[in-house]
Amino acid sequence: MALPLQVQAEIVGREPAGAYHRLVLRAPGIAARVEPGHFVAVAIGGVDSAMLLRRAFSIHRADPAAETIDVVFAEAGRGTRELARLRVGDSVNVVAPLGTPFPLPGEPVSAVMVAGGYGSAPMFALAERIVADGGSVAFVLGAATAERLYGVDQAQAITEDVVVTTDDGSEGVRGFVTGPLPEVLTAVEADVVYACGPMGMLRAVTEVASAHDARVFTAVEESMACGVGVCMTCVLPVVGDDGVSRFVRSCVDGPCFDGTKVRWDDAGTIPADIEGAAAMGAH
Amino acid sequence: MTDGYGGFADNFADNFADNEDAGDFDDAPPSTIMLPGGGIDLATRIGSTLLPNPVTTASGCAGYGKELAKFFEPAAIGAVVTKTIMPYPRSGRATPRMAETPSGMLNSIGLQGPGIDAFVERDLPWLAARGGRTIVSIAGGHVDDFVALAERLKGAPGVVGIEANISCPNVANRGQVFACNPATSYDVIRAVRDVADPQVPVLAKLSPDVTSIVDIARACVEAGADGLSMINTLLGMAIDPDTMKPVLAGITGGLSGPAVRPVAVRCVYQVHAAMLDGQMAQVPIVGMGGIRTGLDALEFILAGAAAVSVGTVIFNDPSSPVRILDELRAALIARGFGSLEAAIGYAHR
Repeated sequence: MALPLQVQAEIVGREPAGAYHRLVLRAPGIAARVEPGHFVAVAIGGVDSAMLLRRAFSIHRADPAAETIDVVFAEAGRGTRELARLRVGDSVNVVAPLGTPFPLPGEPVSAVMVAGGYGSAPMFALAERIVADGGSVAFVLGAATAERLYGVDQAQAITEDVVVTTDDGSEGVRGFVTGPLPEVLTAVEADVVYACGPMGMLRAVTEVASAHDARVFTAVEESMACGVGVCMTCVLPVVGDDGVSRFVRSCVDGPCFDGTKVRWDDAGTIPADIEGAAAMGAH
Repeated sequence: MTDGYGGFADNFADNFADNEDAGDFDDAPPSTIMLPGGGIDLATRIGSTLLPNPVTTASGCAGYGKELAKFFEPAAIGAVVTKTIMPYPRSGRATPRMAETPSGMLNSIGLQGPGIDAFVERDLPWLAARGGRTIVSIAGGHVDDFVALAERLKGAPGVVGIEANISCPNVANRGQVFACNPATSYDVIRAVRDVADPQVPVLAKLSPDVTSIVDIARACVEAGADGLSMINTLLGMAIDPDTMKPVLAGITGGLSGPAVRPVAVRCVYQVHAAMLDGQMAQVPIVGMGGIRTGLDALEFILAGAAAVSVGTVIFNDPSSPVRILDELRAALIARGFGSLEAAIGYAHR
């Protein structure tokens, strides 16, 4: 795992991106350590801020030459509203790179990138790596509406195999990403699926990919307090290599998991067979 | 995770304190010995343990030390207080386990942990090898659990203290923790003190959710506590106005962060005052609750704390323990203190 750094980053670029915001941060020393799937934890305000918890965002792009990292985010609450107010020249405290990135194939593969909304942010750098390694990629990008799609143009710059879905039919195929996904997997003879987006989507994509005998790696979205592995708030029930299920931390053990190891239906519960569940009954 | 992915390469592989001028003091600080090079003696004593400086991590906010070692050396601070360990592996509560609140957060982790055996075999040796001094937080549902844990820690490497967590709100019978009652507090602390290594100080971690924290503190000291840790989180809850349901899966949780600091400072001040008044024996207090800067830490020291723990702020700033130590050192020097000891309880003069 790459060693994270905590630095003051300068905002060197910002732009609206459909329904989202894209920020470019100059964060010395960080970009060169970033692998696709890593995330950054951004502090909101200074030392007197009433918002203590960092906001975690997947890293969209990392440019080691310029020492910049990009993030794409939606205004969803108080913290992201504050971030959206930042201007070029402002400074924010960041910790990155964090998390376990997507595993890369060591050989040419046929990969399908599936993403919901701005969950696509980390997928383009990943796709470029797969192509650079001699593989091929296809994209299935979905969102509720056309405005909430992100990066269709970036996907099209990498491959002709881009399928778009929207829940309301305002662009591409009406419905969820899992609608056209089986056909895409068959058409490109997919070896592996990489997915990022809401938990329900990741569960559904895992099912489809498994049915097609493709490996599936998912970047989960879980609310985190620390992002560095100490607070234990972002846990998910995941099956280990030994067959034992445990609550593991999305921040350090993830956010990228083998989708078949995550017990999607049990998230938010204490499965009776999870390690340590018995102790919860006692007190 | 290091799962073998078959053909896949496993490549997972200025907020400095406002060092205000010393300002106008009604009373000049006591004259103390300045160390060569303008340094200051930050050593502090917790029972038989001498810590090189007073900054520790608060239990539950630093894991077992390993994760934070990416940001600072565990040996650089006074001690690492571990996440509370229990006799057996424990899954903790369902998610969501966390809610951000004004200048704070609620958590209902529910003491997730690997159990004492894995902790002693895996985590403690790692910390000891890095030169870390470890105060092990222990908890159980019964006095017997505490006894078993204290016995298991005998002879374990790097352990410089045991903190008996008699006040975690994230247990089933919330609001009725051991630390809500002087008699049950006494029973736990007495039992732990009886079986623990005599060379290892025992601290009692107290809850602020009580009528008289002095009564609880006195019972713990009478039971043999070598020190007091104040405070644990306050029991709280949050309701989501959109779903109109409690935010936490566990309904209630522990409130921490700067929002609770005035409560914590009050507790430390009251108990230290009771010690000065002769209402109870004088033992070191480890003060905690919303410390974010060196000046916050100083506030606890002035109230009567001999050491401080840095907790929730670690989630905001993983390097904060060493930053706060530096800021505290500067703040003490700026106010003319030549030693930490001279500042302990200074607000009571």
